[in-house]
Amino acid sequence: MPNPVLDIQNLQVAFATDHGSVNAVQGVSLGVAPGEILAVVGESGSGKSVTARAVLQLLPSTAVLKGAIYLNGKDVLNLGADALRAARGHDAAMVFQEPSTALNPVYTVGWQIIEGLRAHTPKGEKFDKKAARIRAIEILRKVGIPNPEERVDYYPHQFSGGQKQRVVIACALVLEPKLILADEPTTALDVTVQAEILDLLRACRDDLGASVLIITHNMGVVADMADRVAVMYQGKLIEQAPVEQLFAHPQQDYTKRLLAAVPKIGLRAPAVPIATDAPSAVSAVGLEVTYPGKFGRPGHLAVAGVDFEIKAGEVLGLVGESGSGKTTIGRAMVGLAKATGGSLNVLGTSVIRAKTKAFRAIAPEVGFVFQDPASSFNPQLSIGAAIAEPMLVHGKAANLAEARPAVEALLAAVQLPTEFFARFPHELSGGQRQRASLARALALRPKLVIADEPTSALDVSVQARVLELFAKLQREFGFACLFITHDLAVVDQVANRVLVMHQGKIVEEGTTREVLTNPKHEYTQRLVASSPIADPVEQRKRRTLGR
Amino acid sequence: MRALKKLFNTGILGAARGSRGVQRGMLVTGLILTGFFIIMAILAPMIAPYGFAQLQDSHGYFGAQQPPSSKHLLGTTVGGMDVLSRVLWGSQTALLVIVFAVVMSIFAGVILGLVSGYFGGWLDRILVVIADAVFAFPSLLLAIAMSIVISGGRSGLFTGILSTAASITAVYVPQYFRVIRAEALRCKTEAFVEAAKVIGASHWRIMFQHIYKNATRTLPLIMTLNASEAILTLAGLGFLGFGIDPTMGAEWGYDLNRSVADVSAGIWWTSIFPGLAIVLVVLGITLVGESLNDLADPRLRSRGAANLDELEIASEVSVA
Repeated sequence: MPNPVLDIQNLQVAFATDHGSVNAVQGVSLGVAPGEILAVVGESGSGKSVTARAVLQLLPSTAVLKGAIYLNGKDVLNLGADALRAARGHDAAMVFQEPSTALNPVYTVGWQIIEGLRAHTPKGEKFDKKAARIRAIEILRKVGIPNPEERVDYYPHQFSGGQKQRVVIACALVLEPKLILADEPTTALDVTVQAEILDLLRACRDDLGASVLIITHNMGVVADMADRVAVMYQGKLIEQAPVEQLFAHPQQDYTKRLLAAVPKIGLRAPAVPIATDAPSAVSAVGLEVTYPGKFGRPGHLAVAGVDFEIKAGEVLGLVGESGSGKTTIGRAMVGLAKATGGSLNVLGTSVIRAKTKAFRAIAPEVGFVFQDPASSFNPQLSIGAAIAEPMLVHGKAANLAEARPAVEALLAAVQLPTEFFARFPHELSGGQRQRASLARALALRPKLVIADEPTSALDVSVQARVLELFAKLQREFGFACLFITHDLAVVDQVANRVLVMHQGKIVEEGTTREVLTNPKHEYTQRLVASSPIADPVEQRKRRTLGR
Repeated sequence: MRALKKLFNTGILGAARGSRGVQRGMLVTGLILTGFFIIMAILAPMIAPYGFAQLQDSHGYFGAQQPPSSKHLLGTTVGGMDVLSRVLWGSQTALLVIVFAVVMSIFAGVILGLVSGYFGGWLDRILVVIADAVFAFPSLLLAIAMSIVISGGRSGLFTGILSTAASITAVYVPQYFRVIRAEALRCKTEAFVEAAKVIGASHWRIMFQHIYKNATRTLPLIMTLNASEAILTLAGLGFLGFGIDPTMGAEWGYDLNRSVADVSAGIWWTSIFPGLAIVLVVLGITLVGESLNDLADPRLRSRGAANLDELEIASEVSVA
């Protein structure tokens, strides 16, 4: 390798916690060549973010580091405070995961870009405000912000999520760093926006010659972006290879499992459509949901006249980007959001402007699986008590002891050991909690289950297992299901039929296979085209076609 | 009482085990002072040489303003009572007032806060306005007004303790109310509360099973901090003459008031000891409260450095 931009040698990082030292990174060595894009992949907790943060010394004070990190030949771990400050932003810049928290809301984006320039003005030299502003406008134009002369004075909240991430990238680029460290730069973004941001990062390399170290858990992003891939697992670097080689011939078992777990469209045999004369579980005609606006402002129409039907025993996938109103529909069905117009019939009960009492009456028939299993369990209740709650509330069991056999049967059904009855939510992993969440939703054998992004908070390999379990339970219990997700590949694995939502309206409807392989509506086509395929050769072909 | 039990089972002892350095020193000092105070209060009837209102024994009257001697270790007051006995008995009064005041304000504050935060609406608005109005009053003035309303100024031991505790309660309920209401507002939007709603749980069940259990984590901290303020309020009431009748119970604030004139006359023992008792108890409880506050927050909690030597061995093993 000709003089690597970044050279990490045997890096070890340990954190002091209440339960003793935790070794987050254990002897990682990797390098990034000039103009190279290196992707670091791994599950949450594998130490990939810690490794990247160590490069700029952005770790909390409880961390202890060992090994060596050379950034442009500078020994980062032994730099003084001033030299380190000079290196930050100049030698390597960071792009964070969540653009809305990485920008300071009380300053204009222009100010925040100029902040970097000001911080790196050499001592004794006068800072040229006008030139800096011109630089800021220039860099905003480069990252694709339209009308930058005017928008340089805008505040972060006046930009959309994708544009905010562009601004964050602009902040990083303005100092022309040799290396950009991008920590899950697209995880918080919608898939169509993700494609644009990835294009931009690639342009940073192609046009500006910067190296990129991108951290991600999405194998599609890896296939799309990377020249080389490093796989991390439990704090260790287990495999490192050029991207084609890694996807074609993974060496380690873990890498093989990781690649196998990636959901792919068309992997599963097409689901059998439900007979058209089956009774309907949910039907909506012209459904509208309006969120009340702030004082004196009109409300926000989240769902704008939607017709759909879920047959008994059918899994209906509801796909759309954030803000499309898909979650609102699910919440309206159980009374967490108020349906304000049209008609919505859930299991024979009309729930338009219904009172809490009406929802309580259908509650035993409806199960709900929430997106984030970490927050959907009361941290003070044991898993057993949480799963038993529907039985206690609806009088199916007088107390926890009486509910115990049923709860243990449910735990077994979702493939959790029965000892978990007495465990507390924080003692379970994300995947285990989401299974417990499934058990709770199924406690009363409901006729309808609403699953709101049930796997989006999980790692890929865990997601695959939860989806498999979900499909199996659906076959066994035969419930109807509204499966809300933003991931087309996920919907392909579970749903019989798919609805695609965009800005509060349904733009396409059809069997899963039909919609995913032959999308009719322009928006669906864009959605399908934007989700990267976890195959570098295929993805490269698609990209050149798309241009 | 459950909150108290929880405090002693998990809060303090758990925190003491996990603490280190200066934080540990603060906590342990506070615990020793507070423990000493509680033991003193419980054993007062046994270890006090005389009764709190006793003026004479078989040898006759004690005499006023007697300097410390073998008969009266800390001397006697201007009223001719034994200072040591007054200080010991006073701790009992103080402890009872703290317990009553804290328990009453916790009950009222928690229930009002839960209802107000969970249901919201007009009830919430009215309660918040009242709480803010109470905040705006000087707390001692409010306590005096309450004590006059409840007991007409001064009274016997039990009614005196109750009325003092009630006056303190009126001052501190808004604090508990505010904290529990804020926590209830936070919990109300958490996914697990929504999960309970979807299940069809009643408001009552959601409030007590889900929100209450997650809203009380800061209670032990406010409780300890308020307990020390309660002592100061009690002493202030006694000093101003709105406390407990001296023949009905010993009270440090009252003794301080009576010793004001002694200070300029060079009679130090009548003011120093009750004053010291107030200072030490307030210091002890405050130290416990403050260090619990720091220990409960992972960002303020100090830890030892991570051990990299251990790590080296671990990585060597894995390489091999």
